Amino acid sequence: MVELPVIDPEKCDGCGLCVTVCHCNALAVVNDVVTLIEIVECDWCTDCEAVCRTGAIICPFQIVVAEGEL
Amino acid sequence: MAVQLEFLKSIAYFSGLALAELESIRKLVFEKTADRAEMIVLEGEPAENLYFVASGALKVFKTSAEGKEQILSIVRPGESLNDVPVFDGGPNPVSVRTMGPVLLYGMKRSDVEAALKGHSQIARNVIKVLATRVRHLVSLVEDLSFKHVIGRVARILLEHVGGEMGQGPRLTQQEMAAMAGTAREVVGRSLKALEEKGAIKMDRHRIVIMDKEALHRITEAPS
Repeated sequence: MVELPVIDPEKCDGCGLCVTVCHCNALAVVNDVVTLIEIVECDWCTDCEAVCRTGAIICPFQIVVAEGEL
Repeated sequence: MAVQLEFLKSIAYFSGLALAELESIRKLVFEKTADRAEMIVLEGEPAENLYFVASGALKVFKTSAEGKEQILSIVRPGESLNDVPVFDGGPNPVSVRTMGPVLLYGMKRSDVEAALKGHSQIARNVIKVLATRVRHLVSLVEDLSFKHVIGRVARILLEHVGGEMGQGPRLTQQEMAAMAGTAREVVGRSLKALEEKGAIKMDRHRIVIMDKEALHRITEAPS
């Protein structure tokens, strides 16, 4: 499954700033709320999270240990 | 597209101005568009124009001699850029690059000076804007100079690791910044530094710990 940023529609004010900075085109504003386009892969640049003033979109990292370091 | 009065009103520089004053400012404003990843301002170059972001976002950063970038801030709609060189006449202290397509409202340096002379409210607003920016930068200087942030980030990674399959909690850079008592920009830099040291590998949504021992050593290093 493609990993995508997480959106909190309650916090989203629909400004669309995240859409303008997303170079994967994985985001769109639908009915004044930012929405993920699930067929698009995200390269996790985290720019959408960085520009969001309301904290509505986040790119959480999973922290794992490489094989052999366990 | 005509410069919107309503938008001008929302810019901190022009807050509290009467409609007639905003009209006179509007005549001095020109539009500039740029695509993703365009350099709008180059460090060291002279500055002719002050810009306000009408739409889109830009990264303000400095580059080291080795080519490493330190992001200082992100400029969003309603905010300004190029203020410092426009006011002091010196070269740009930073570079600014677009994060996506942007629309900027520009004002020539001579017009900014005229507006300041003609409208004392703008001068008061500018002082406030610059004071806020100094506050942000002082905080960033403190983080970069005195705090051993890379060690704190290393510790956070070790404390939140979830095994090879990653069953641990997922963390955003903002959350790591809050835990480390620093700014998101400094966490980004620390992660890059840890990757350069070979301690971790950034693999899209995963931070893979490649060398646990090295991470431990970094947490113990003196600041």
